Amino acid sequence: MQRTHERAPTALTGWRRAEQGFDAAFGAPLNPLRQLGTLGFLSFWLLAASGIYLYAFLETSAAGGYRSIVDLSEQQPWLGGLLRSLHRYAADAFVILTALHLLREWLHGHYRGVRRYAWLTGVPTLLLVFASAIGGFWLHWDQLGQYSAIATAEWLDALPLLATPLARNFLANAAVSDRLFSLFVFVHLGVPLLLLFALWFHIQRLTRAAVWPPRPLSVGLLGSLLVLAVVAPVSSHPPADLATVPQTLRLDWVLLFVHPLADSVSTAVVWALVGAGLLTLFTLPFLPQPTRAPVAVVDAANCNGCRRCFADCPFAAITMVPHPNQKIGRQLASVDADLCAGCGICAGACPSSTPFRSPTALATGIDMPEATLGALRERLRRGLVALRAARPIVVFGCDHGARVESLAAPDVAAFSLLCAGQLPPSFIEYALRDGAAAVLVSACREGGCEFRLGERWTDERLRGTREPHLRASVPHEQVALVWAGVGEEAALRDALEGLRHA
Amino acid sequence: MPEAHPVTPRAWLGQFVLYALFALAIGAFSRWPVYHPIAAGQALIKVSLTHPGKPRGECRAQTEAELARLPPNMRAPLKCPRERSPVTVEVDINGVTVLRRVAPPSGLSHDGASALYQRLVVPAGEQRIAVRLNDDVLRTGFTYEREATVKLAPAQVLVIDFDAERGGIMLQ
Repeated sequence: MQRTHERAPTALTGWRRAEQGFDAAFGAPLNPLRQLGTLGFLSFWLLAASGIYLYAFLETSAAGGYRSIVDLSEQQPWLGGLLRSLHRYAADAFVILTALHLLREWLHGHYRGVRRYAWLTGVPTLLLVFASAIGGFWLHWDQLGQYSAIATAEWLDALPLLATPLARNFLANAAVSDRLFSLFVFVHLGVPLLLLFALWFHIQRLTRAAVWPPRPLSVGLLGSLLVLAVVAPVSSHPPADLATVPQTLRLDWVLLFVHPLADSVSTAVVWALVGAGLLTLFTLPFLPQPTRAPVAVVDAANCNGCRRCFADCPFAAITMVPHPNQKIGRQLASVDADLCAGCGICAGACPSSTPFRSPTALATGIDMPEATLGALRERLRRGLVALRAARPIVVFGCDHGARVESLAAPDVAAFSLLCAGQLPPSFIEYALRDGAAAVLVSACREGGCEFRLGERWTDERLRGTREPHLRASVPHEQVALVWAGVGEEAALRDALEGLRHA
Repeated sequence: MPEAHPVTPRAWLGQFVLYALFALAIGAFSRWPVYHPIAAGQALIKVSLTHPGKPRGECRAQTEAELARLPPNMRAPLKCPRERSPVTVEVDINGVTVLRRVAPPSGLSHDGASALYQRLVVPAGEQRIAVRLNDDVLRTGFTYEREATVKLAPAQVLVIDFDAERGGIMLQ
């Protein structure tokens, strides 16, 4: 197999170091930097839940909107006031987490190939997030809402779309009617509904897409926002007065930074920046890309329709179709080439991917054409024969994780796979029976798999909680699984040393 | 197999610090630094109007032959050009022209109202304001003029609008 490592750009290296630092505090499975998408979802749920309560008390009129929100804080500070603050801070968290999620996916190149769909459906959500958030300030109709509404209207007026400038709606207090407030309500309720649909599209092509973070992380995020809401509750500015310009605003820079930006440059420049940013994000997936990895190939003669590959594919690239042998109820895996990431996890899941099956050619139900399991078995055989050490050790690694080639030694035969999840557990038993004293399997850190689920499936298969599992008869003290992402060869070496002295 | 990540006191402390930093960042940047949309001692004049200019040409009576060619319900005695004049607006403050704008008529056929919205930040205090407006290309000069001295308080908003039925140029 050929390795696909590239020299990691500096920014990506920095990001990985940050993830490793967070691992030290949270542990890899609960690392928030690898759960940014689900944490963003949690922020959205918090916004929805707190927003429903707030809406029950909001008077949707120009005259009553301000008073109703101030009353909420004053008359029920421990529920209404708390939820009001939580609503605002969850919006801030949503924007920050979404921006970090975008940054992480961009750094990892997750805008191309099978991830193009998720990328292209994710970019418009940025607009919806900000439209929802900014519209929320108008409903309060205090000086901050006044400033935001006028600034937004002036920004939209910079485009020659409307015959009458929107900003004319804010020339005088009498001009702000209840009808205009109905529009505000529509923006703040309708756009989040659109956002929900957009998020649903965004995760459509992911298997087991998580919309709830692990419970400890949920508790952590909710707890930190609640503490913040208690310690620093959100307060109102004076009521809006269109006869004056607000002189001092406690601006929410996370959500409203675009207004001061337009003040300091111009609305046209901000439009140019937003347009250029969106164009860049939308264009990224269509720039010249590295050659796509070959997709998985199904061998109908060896596929028994067990559905394990269907269950394990991280990108829903496999569907089950009637088997051409026309036996009633028999199914066959079918690969959608456009959705296949070429990770080989399906091959690792296939029960026919056992090296004990055939003394000649190893044909599996589903396999990767450029890195077949038959070829792996052949390389494993030859590698073990070539080792002269008293205690030969076989290492299986991942092209996207720590480089197993770095372990080159007279007693080590190292094999890098497309993903750790491509390894059928039976290969471990095969290596041990063929002369290996121990087997080390290296997978990316939990939650850090390039193909989303490879490290998780590997762990579960080796623990015996997922099929195909490592047989209980295999001496488990001779098998080690190590989490080692890019640049973490030291962890590999430590694990190898542990096996040498076991 | 790797065991579950042991949560050491140091890890707990790390989590606490990271959550606190996250909350601190949100708490800080959701209200700080304060922003001043307008500098101290400044006031704002908004020149904003929407007004349909006069037709670009004279109306003329249709001949009998022209009327006969029209369906009965469309036989208007006068035929006027559809396109309207652009609206020209000039604003002087203390004798200095600070705004001169020609607002074209809206619509694909240029038969809609002209619209204008412009912010002018000026020092608070007494200002001599002169506004001139032309909405008819058939006339030279200005069809409406208004001059007034106003005293603007800091952060006050003065709106210069136009309503032909209420006397033309309005300062409010």
